[in-house]
Amino acid sequence: MSNPTNGHLPGSPAAPSHSAPPDRYVPGTGEVRRHRLIALVLDRPGVLNRVASLMRARSFNIDSLAVSHTDQPDISRMTITLRGDDVAVEQAAKQLYRLIDVLKVQDVTAETTIENELALVKIRATDTTRPEILKVVELSRGRVVDLTPESIVIEVTGTEAEIDGFVAMVRTYGIKELVRTGAVVMSRGSGSIEEALKR
Amino acid sequence: MTMTKGGAGGRRGPDGGAASAGEPGSAPAAPAAPAHEAPPRGAERRNHVPGAGTAHAAAVERAQREMLRDGSSAAAAAAGRVAGKRQRIGADVVCESLIRQGVHTFFSYPGGVILPLYDVLGDYPELRHILVRHEQGGAHAADGYARVTGQVGVCVGTSGPGATNLVTGIGTAQLDSVPMVAITGNVPGALLGKDAFQEIDINGITLPMTKHNYLVRDANDLPRVLAEAFHIARTGRPGPVHVDITKDALQQETSAPHPSHEEIVAGLPGFRPNLDGHYRQLKLAAQEIAQARRPVIMAGHGVLHAGAEQELVALAEKAQIPVAWTLLGIGAMDETHPLAYGYMGMHGWKHTNRAIQSADLLIAFGMRFDDRVTGNVKTYAPYARIIHVDIDPAEIGKNVAVEVPIVGDAKRVMKALLPMVPAVDTQERRDYLAQLAAWRAESEASSWHGSGAWRDGLLSADYVVTRIGELTNHEATYVADVGQNQMWLARYAGFRHPNTHVSSGGLGTMGFSLPAAMGAALGRPDRETWAIAGDGGFQMTSQELMTLVQDNIPVKVAIFDNKKLGMIRQWQEIVYAGNYHSAHLLGPDYLKLADAYGVPAIKATTPDEVDEAIRFAQSVDGPALIWFEITGEQNVFPMMPAGKGLSDLIETWGGPEE
Repeated sequence: MSNPTNGHLPGSPAAPSHSAPPDRYVPGTGEVRRHRLIALVLDRPGVLNRVASLMRARSFNIDSLAVSHTDQPDISRMTITLRGDDVAVEQAAKQLYRLIDVLKVQDVTAETTIENELALVKIRATDTTRPEILKVVELSRGRVVDLTPESIVIEVTGTEAEIDGFVAMVRTYGIKELVRTGAVVMSRGSGSIEEALKR
Repeated sequence: MTMTKGGAGGRRGPDGGAASAGEPGSAPAAPAAPAHEAPPRGAERRNHVPGAGTAHAAAVERAQREMLRDGSSAAAAAAGRVAGKRQRIGADVVCESLIRQGVHTFFSYPGGVILPLYDVLGDYPELRHILVRHEQGGAHAADGYARVTGQVGVCVGTSGPGATNLVTGIGTAQLDSVPMVAITGNVPGALLGKDAFQEIDINGITLPMTKHNYLVRDANDLPRVLAEAFHIARTGRPGPVHVDITKDALQQETSAPHPSHEEIVAGLPGFRPNLDGHYRQLKLAAQEIAQARRPVIMAGHGVLHAGAEQELVALAEKAQIPVAWTLLGIGAMDETHPLAYGYMGMHGWKHTNRAIQSADLLIAFGMRFDDRVTGNVKTYAPYARIIHVDIDPAEIGKNVAVEVPIVGDAKRVMKALLPMVPAVDTQERRDYLAQLAAWRAESEASSWHGSGAWRDGLLSADYVVTRIGELTNHEATYVADVGQNQMWLARYAGFRHPNTHVSSGGLGTMGFSLPAAMGAALGRPDRETWAIAGDGGFQMTSQELMTLVQDNIPVKVAIFDNKKLGMIRQWQEIVYAGNYHSAHLLGPDYLKLADAYGVPAIKATTPDEVDEAIRFAQSVDGPALIWFEITGEQNVFPMMPAGKGLSDLIETWGGPEE
């Protein structure tokens, strides 16, 4: 880790009384962006509570949190998306490591990844709007999973932005209900966080 | 919903006859309920437990019965113990674990669901149980015990209020990284989540304020969980671990073996603290040290935890670097050492803070750049690059950005670093060290004795603390409370040895000193133990005087009575324009109070009574109390107002002296 602003060179004589030095960088005050963390945790009672409680107590703002089993018994995988500057998110990851049940945390924000979430959207539909909605669904690679005379339920997967876009498109018809799973992320290529754990 | 007939033991027979029919040992011909309440013959008893007929409902019923009255199982256990052929139960595992972990003394308070433990305690004479007067006292005592011995301190409480009373003590240990295992009982497993008597979600409460916590519902898990708890509490960055055990697990028979160290480690794949600094980082650190002209070493609690006092001196001497310390780093270096440069931070020495503000390199070991240390981070040590060594990676870069992060144990890192740093001649640092010496002389002359009250023959706290330090040859354990007394102790007592200064630094828990001193005195009986308390803090936990008497724990209690919440008053004077709301505090006649407890006590109101009072307390074989009636409006200076920087110290304030 390097200090981005304190550019004082080693060995140069300090001059306390002259030239006011620049303010020291305060961790967490940098540019905020969306980060994606993958955490492998032991599947023990309360582990979700521990993670959630830590994020709350340390004031990290979680956008989404998805939990599921992995291929290894007793190990669960969490995908956490949160906003903060790089240092703050690094701090969040390090705090996660302090939890005894957390095995591995990886910030994959800078990596090339596959990111997907699933949404179910229940849309108000009439005989006149249904064809338009179906057109949008087709373009968004969505799938009709339920159909009634007054409504239509669409399942759609994609990145957060893609689903945001789809929801914006169908909002005009009237959304009766919306649920999203939150993003799940996997890095591209042959590297594996689970295999890294076994080593 | 169907009802079972003749199901689990203890259920009434279909004729609605006498209760507890299935319990062995109960009186067989117990008269039935009064006639007018007796159900009509042949009527089936209604079962009110939800899910009646299931095994779960039967368990709930059994548990409810046990909550009301310790039934036959306890009686049978007692009978078996008399006969010497008792089965091993969960409570035995707790005692065995404490013994295996080297715990000789623990602090506890009984209650309903923890009674199974008390029922077997008598079988373990090697365990000394101190019956405290309040669970908070027990937690602080375990904390004090841990801080002076380096061992894991243990406190035990019952469910509900017993557990919540421990919370402040657990939090204190968490913020100061003190190894502790807190054990609580909980209601029988089947009643968990049903708001049973004295049930509270203590696991949920301690979750964010412990290093780890457990809920144990099966006695077969207890050997593993307790072994893990002690391992986690003392390994890496120490901290408190809470183990909550249901009553039925304490009573359950078990033959589960205690795990080996290898099994414990293998069972905790997510807990592998890194102890050795990375070689590349160590090299970078050595380069920084070689290039620095105005370096300062900063020692925190981690130096004491690691037992790195000798390595610290060796490093400082080889590279000729002055050493400053945090509140909890006090004792890491003998204060009389030529390179010892004092206590830093909000109420630290002005010269120490000045050295930090003008340093070009800070080498921090086992500290966390707390806001009481840095003040406003933006203006903190503006010329300094920072090497930060800590065993907890999360501390590095948390509060300040650093140039050279090193994750590792302070002792191991210092040992590795020592051969890599160049030896520096005193001559090379001559100008720097001369300037520091001049600053020190200046600051000790100006801020010594705070308000100057001593000049008028008034009894000032700094004078009392100085004399306590001198008359005990700086060899005692000194346990601070929180507030002005804490700062006076830190500044003026004079510390020579590691782990002789005990203070609630992170959480700042008033009422800490007396119970923590209790634990410290039991942990290090070879040293005199002094509790330094203000009248406010003393009144928060004064009930533990009785524990001192009952167990003859030789704590010397010094009450600094200014009839005020002194630090509150100081802030109100300086920050809140003299609006002294609730700063004035009535107290009892402490001599009478001590007398009522049976504690020998003496009062001192003038400077010339101080030595006699201290010697009196030292002459008492057992606990003693001194009531120092100190001047009422003395402030601790210098003071860094919150939000300001280390260069903005207030050194005096108003008053006739200025």
